[in-house]
Amino acid sequence: MDRRIRVLLAKPGLDGHDQGAKVVVRALMDAGFEVIYTGLRQTPEAVANAALEEGVDVIGLSSMAGSHLPFCRKLRVLLERHELTDRLWLVGGNIPAQDHDALRELGVKGVFAAGSKLDDIVTFIKANVQ
Amino acid sequence: MSERKAKDLRPVVNESGIAIQPVYSAADVEASGGLDMLGLPGEYPFTRGIHPLMYRKRPWTMRQYAGFGNPHETNKRFQYLIANGQTGLNVAFDLPTQCGLDSDDPLAEGEVGRVGMAIDSLRDMEIAFDGIDLDQITVSLTINGSAAILIAMYLAMAEKRGYDLKQLRGTAQNDILKEYVGRGTWIFPVEASVRLVGDTIEYCAAEAPRYTPVSVCGYHIRESGATPVQEIAYAFCIAKAYADDALKRGLAVDEFAGRLSFNLNIFGNIFEQVCKFRAARGLWAKIMKEEYGAEQPESMWLRMIAGGGGGGLTFEQPETNIVRGAYYALISALSGTQTMALCSYDEAYTIPTEYSARISLRTMQLLIEEMGLCDTVDPLGGSYYVETLTNQLRTDIAATMAEVDARGGIVKLISEGIIQAEVSAQAYRMHKAIESGQFRKVGVNCYRVEEADKPVEFHPHKDDDAQLQIDSLNRIRSERDDGAVAAALDRLRADAIAKRNVMPALMEAVKAYASVGEMTKALVEVYGRYQEPIRF
Repeated sequence: MDRRIRVLLAKPGLDGHDQGAKVVVRALMDAGFEVIYTGLRQTPEAVANAALEEGVDVIGLSSMAGSHLPFCRKLRVLLERHELTDRLWLVGGNIPAQDHDALRELGVKGVFAAGSKLDDIVTFIKANVQ
Repeated sequence: MSERKAKDLRPVVNESGIAIQPVYSAADVEASGGLDMLGLPGEYPFTRGIHPLMYRKRPWTMRQYAGFGNPHETNKRFQYLIANGQTGLNVAFDLPTQCGLDSDDPLAEGEVGRVGMAIDSLRDMEIAFDGIDLDQITVSLTINGSAAILIAMYLAMAEKRGYDLKQLRGTAQNDILKEYVGRGTWIFPVEASVRLVGDTIEYCAAEAPRYTPVSVCGYHIRESGATPVQEIAYAFCIAKAYADDALKRGLAVDEFAGRLSFNLNIFGNIFEQVCKFRAARGLWAKIMKEEYGAEQPESMWLRMIAGGGGGGLTFEQPETNIVRGAYYALISALSGTQTMALCSYDEAYTIPTEYSARISLRTMQLLIEEMGLCDTVDPLGGSYYVETLTNQLRTDIAATMAEVDARGGIVKLISEGIIQAEVSAQAYRMHKAIESGQFRKVGVNCYRVEEADKPVEFHPHKDDDAQLQIDSLNRIRSERDDGAVAAALDRLRADAIAKRNVMPALMEAVKAYASVGEMTKALVEVYGRYQEPIRF
C-alpha cells in the first residue's frame, strides 16, 4: 500500500452521543490512518456524498440511540447508486446482537458493538482494506 | 505500618489526579486548608448541606428519567412510577423533539418515540400530564436545544389547567452550553442559544418565579469523558455564563440565582464522588457571595440532582449494574443531594423497562427506609480523609475554572471546540487505561465471564407509534386556527430579529397549537444553525 488508509467516520441521525466515535477517531489516527470525522447529525445522503468526495477506503458509522437499521437501509441504496459498495463498511456503538445479521446482509463487513477493543478495529481495517 | 512498608505500596491516584495516602490524620486536613470552609449544614458556605436538617426533615426527591413512544404511553409510565412511590418526574423526550423537528420531518424518520416521548404541540403536553397533580409531583423537563419552546408549552399547559404560574414549581434542563460539549442536541449557534437561555431566566423570574428554568449539567460533560474536577469546573463556568447574561439584562443576582440548579454525575470512586459534591457546594456558595455579591442564602445554594451515571454501567454482565446503581445511590445520599435519579441496569443497552425502573426506585427507597441514610446530616463530615479530599478537590476545581477564564472564557473555548477536544482526549486516555487493565472495571477487564451474558429483556420499540404520532399531529394541524398560528410565528420572528425576549411570543404560539418544528424553523430563519467545530 503506497498511501495511507482513508477512513470516514460519521454519526448518523440525531443521536448526540459522540464520546465513542471520537475515541475511535483518535485510535485510528494513532494507528496512522487518515480520518475524516463528520460530526453529528449526518443524513444517509451526507454520508454517501462525503465518502464519494473524500475517496475513502472505509465508511464507519457510530450509533448509540437505536436507529442504525433504518439508517443503514437508506445508506445501502445510496452506496449502490454511487458505486461505493466496495468500500469497507463498519458499524459500531450500541448495536444489539439480534441486529448484527441484518446489518451484515446490508453489506456491513464489521460490527463493533460497545466493548470492542480499539486494536481489534485497527487490525480489522488493515486486514480488510484492499 | 512502618514507613518502609508504606513506601512499598502501589501508588493510588484517583480520577481527578490526586494521590491517595494509605492513612489520613488531622495534620493532612490542616495542610490541605483546614476546616475554614466546613461550617454547619444550612449555613454558609454550605459544604455540609444546604439545609440544616436535610433528609431528617424530608428525603430526597426520587425522579427517574422516563418517557417513550407517544404521550399516552408516557402518561401510563408516569402513573406507574408515581404509584410505586416516585415523588417527581423527569421527562425524556425523543430526539426529534429535542432537535426541534416535527414527527413527520424526514430527518425524524426512525427516531420518533425511540429514546423518549414525542411532543409536537401543546395537545401532546396536555395528554402527557393528564391526571397528574403538578403541585404534588414536580416535573423536570430534560430538554435543551428546543427548551424555550417546551418550557412555554409546559407553562401554557399548567395555566390551562388552572395552576397559578406564580406558584408553579418545576425544572427545565435548558443548559445549551453543555450540549455542545456532550449530548449534542443543539440547534442554534452559540450566541443566540445563550441569549435564548437568558430569555427563559428573565421570563421565569417575572412570570413563574418558583420555576427553575435552568439545571446546569456537569453530568453529560462527565459522561463525555471529563474528570470529576473538570465536570464541576466546566459546569460552574457555564453557570456563570448564564448568570452574566442575566446580569447584563439588568436582573439583580438575588432575583434569579436562587432558581439556578445543577445536574451532576455519579460514577467511580465513592470518596472522590462524595467529596466532589461537598467541595462543589462550598465553592459555589463562595463564588455567588464573593464574586456576584449575592445576599440571599438561596442564591448561594448548590441545589442538585445527582444521578447514578450511565457512564459507569457496563454492557458486560449487566446485572452487576444493579449493584453499581445501589452504590451510586449511596454516594448520592451521602453527598446531600436534593433529587436523585438512577440509571437502570439495562440502560447501557436501551431505555429502561417498567421492571428495571422499579428496581431503581426500590434501590433509593431501601436507603430511606432500611439503611438509615436519612437519620443524620453529612454523616461523613469530620473524617480526616473526607475533609482533606474535599479541600483538595475544591482547590483543583477553582484552579481549573481560573485556567478556563485565563484562556478566554468558557463560551469562547466551547465555540472553538477546545473544551470538546480536551474532554474527548480525556475519554481516550481513560478508554486506553481500561483496555490495558490499568483502570479496573469489573466484568470488562477483570472477572470476565466467557459464556454469553444472560439476555436482558429490552424495552420494545414500536414502529407503529411514529405513525400514530404523525396522524395526531395532522389532526391538530387541521383543527387549529391557522391565522392565529401564522400571526404568532410572525411575532416570534420579529421579536427574535429585534432581540426582544421571545418567551411571550412563544407562549402565544404554543397556545395557538403551533408545532415544535414550526417554532424552531421560525427561530432558525433568524438565528441560523450551529456548525459543529471539528477539533482533535
